[in-house]
Amino acid sequence: MAEIRLDGVTKTFDRKVRAVDDVQLTIADREFMVLLGPSGCGKTTLMRMIAGLEYPDGGRIAIGGRDVTDLPPRRRDIAMVFQSYAVFPHLTVFENIAFGLRMRKMAKAEVARKVERAAVLVQLEPYLGRYSAQLSGGQRQRVAVARAIVMEPSVLLMDEPLSNLDALLRLTFRAELKKLVAELNTTTIYVTHDQIEALSLGDRVAVMREGRVVQHGTPMAVYDRPATSFVGSFIGSPPMNFLRGRVEGQNGDLRVRLGEHALAAPAALAGHAGREVLLGIRAENIEAETTVVPDAISARTEVVEPLGSHLLLTAVVGDQRLKLQTRTDFPAAPDAPLWLRPEPDKLRWYDPETSQEIAAG
Amino acid sequence: MSVAARPAAVPVPRETAIAPDRGRRARARRKTLGRALLYATAALLALFVLAPIYLITVTAFTPRDAVYDYPKRLIPESFSIETMRFFVTSTGVLGSLWNSVVVALISLVLSTLIGTPAGYALARYVFRGRDAFRLTILSTRAFPIVILSIPLAVSFIDWGIYDTVWSVALMHTALALPFTVLITGSIFVGVPRDLEEAAQTLGCSPAQAFVRVVLPLALPGLAAASIFTFVLSWNEVFAATILTLRERTLPALVLSSLAASPAPFRFAAAWFMLVPSLIIIFVIRRYLLGMWGRVSR
Repeated sequence: MAEIRLDGVTKTFDRKVRAVDDVQLTIADREFMVLLGPSGCGKTTLMRMIAGLEYPDGGRIAIGGRDVTDLPPRRRDIAMVFQSYAVFPHLTVFENIAFGLRMRKMAKAEVARKVERAAVLVQLEPYLGRYSAQLSGGQRQRVAVARAIVMEPSVLLMDEPLSNLDALLRLTFRAELKKLVAELNTTTIYVTHDQIEALSLGDRVAVMREGRVVQHGTPMAVYDRPATSFVGSFIGSPPMNFLRGRVEGQNGDLRVRLGEHALAAPAALAGHAGREVLLGIRAENIEAETTVVPDAISARTEVVEPLGSHLLLTAVVGDQRLKLQTRTDFPAAPDAPLWLRPEPDKLRWYDPETSQEIAAG
Repeated sequence: MSVAARPAAVPVPRETAIAPDRGRRARARRKTLGRALLYATAALLALFVLAPIYLITVTAFTPRDAVYDYPKRLIPESFSIETMRFFVTSTGVLGSLWNSVVVALISLVLSTLIGTPAGYALARYVFRGRDAFRLTILSTRAFPIVILSIPLAVSFIDWGIYDTVWSVALMHTALALPFTVLITGSIFVGVPRDLEEAAQTLGCSPAQAFVRVVLPLALPGLAAASIFTFVLSWNEVFAATILTLRERTLPALVLSSLAASPAPFRFAAAWFMLVPSLIIIFVIRRYLLGMWGRVSR
């Protein structure tokens, strides 16, 4: 059992910058949790506090029911993969992987056996005698992973392990990493700023911003129902569209005016009558027509970008822009009129001031 | 001139056609020239350093009467250790040689023991007054040794270590420390902090992480710093002259007897002073350049 509980964890740098601000988060045993956020959101600092490399100003950290807040890294039963890989340049691949086991004073034969097995797992057997400088970036990354998993820690921490690889390698390694971690079945925390990595790897994603966890949930839940407009615009490529509209009408017949069009609005928007709200909708949840359709929003095509599997259109509604996806055979042309029908159950409503979600559907 | 220039302008099209080739050849020529210049400069610099060493060596190993020959022969005709024997068997030379070695070793050990942790702290920790500390440490070298030596001599007499290797070693340690601190500091900066932290997550205490990861990577640099101290101490003459009377180090002995000694003695002494520094730097050179030459950061 290695559940991680973060209870009000806070870290301030230089007495003013709140890097991590009162984080309350529980990571279940054997869960793959991704900490996702833009650079400077505090995700790495949070992970370093879990590792014991950074001491929190406030709050407690517990691993497997044991309060580890005051323990050094070596007493926490964790292993970490660093963004820079931190492969020891003066040791061979074998000795790098064996490093932690040797610190445990494990018998030589046992060390050799475990190192071999870890090397097989990450396909490093041919390179065991090499030094870090003789390895490619991808191989170094594997050494870092092998060195961590060979420890059989109760918590595996990974700080942007794929960010230093080129795009093609990253794609391959992402799948490999997912398979590997699934086999290991350890509690894993994975830090990244890449939303696609977060979605593809995590059992759960915690989205961070300015030191706080703004939302956590399964990747699909976070993608489908962003809790704030920030999450919506940070996750997804292209980001979620946000359109401003004014709430009109009375109870029972609530509408949001979007340019010339009035969209049926959920009852939860009643409290915002007469005010502006943000309508969030993802590019793939908008149907486009080139001919007039009843109840559709009238727009104009501005840019057409063929992306192989689909077309990405930039459309103008009134004075606002949005992006949508269509099939590649869609007869799109710049400046042509366009009629848009957002899927009603995919509409998300946000308060423009607090950016919090008001209603969905 | 203008008439002659005009016909030359006629075959211009053909010239431009072969211009890329000419450009390449011109560039190659420039490159060769640049390289030749580089090697010539390097050879000159090497000569500048090596010529005196060579002359001193040759003279130190020629018979005593040949020392006075003028002009000097570039290739020695006779080899003799007579001059060297004269120097080595002179009163006090062996003793002061021993003193020099002991003083240099003590200085090396002390300055490494004191300076390395300070350098590490400068490299790893942000603390109040770090930059001020860095500056102050260098400014200690602005004190003239004379001003330092005389009150120190008084203190050392009080402590009863005046005219011993310890007084000179302490002084040399003090002289070497600013460099040791700054050099080791820059060496530790070069060892990525991630490596140390990785070691800590793999079961090391901070001290173990230092010994197992930082130290091996910093060793070539630390060796250079300590060798620097050794050479500094070996060559230092002023403080050594003031702080000793009978327990002279070699430079102090040579300096105090220089005016009264014959030329062979001086050449032999010079050679003797020169060689250990040369050997040490030669031995350490491989370590300095090669050992972790393939380290990637």
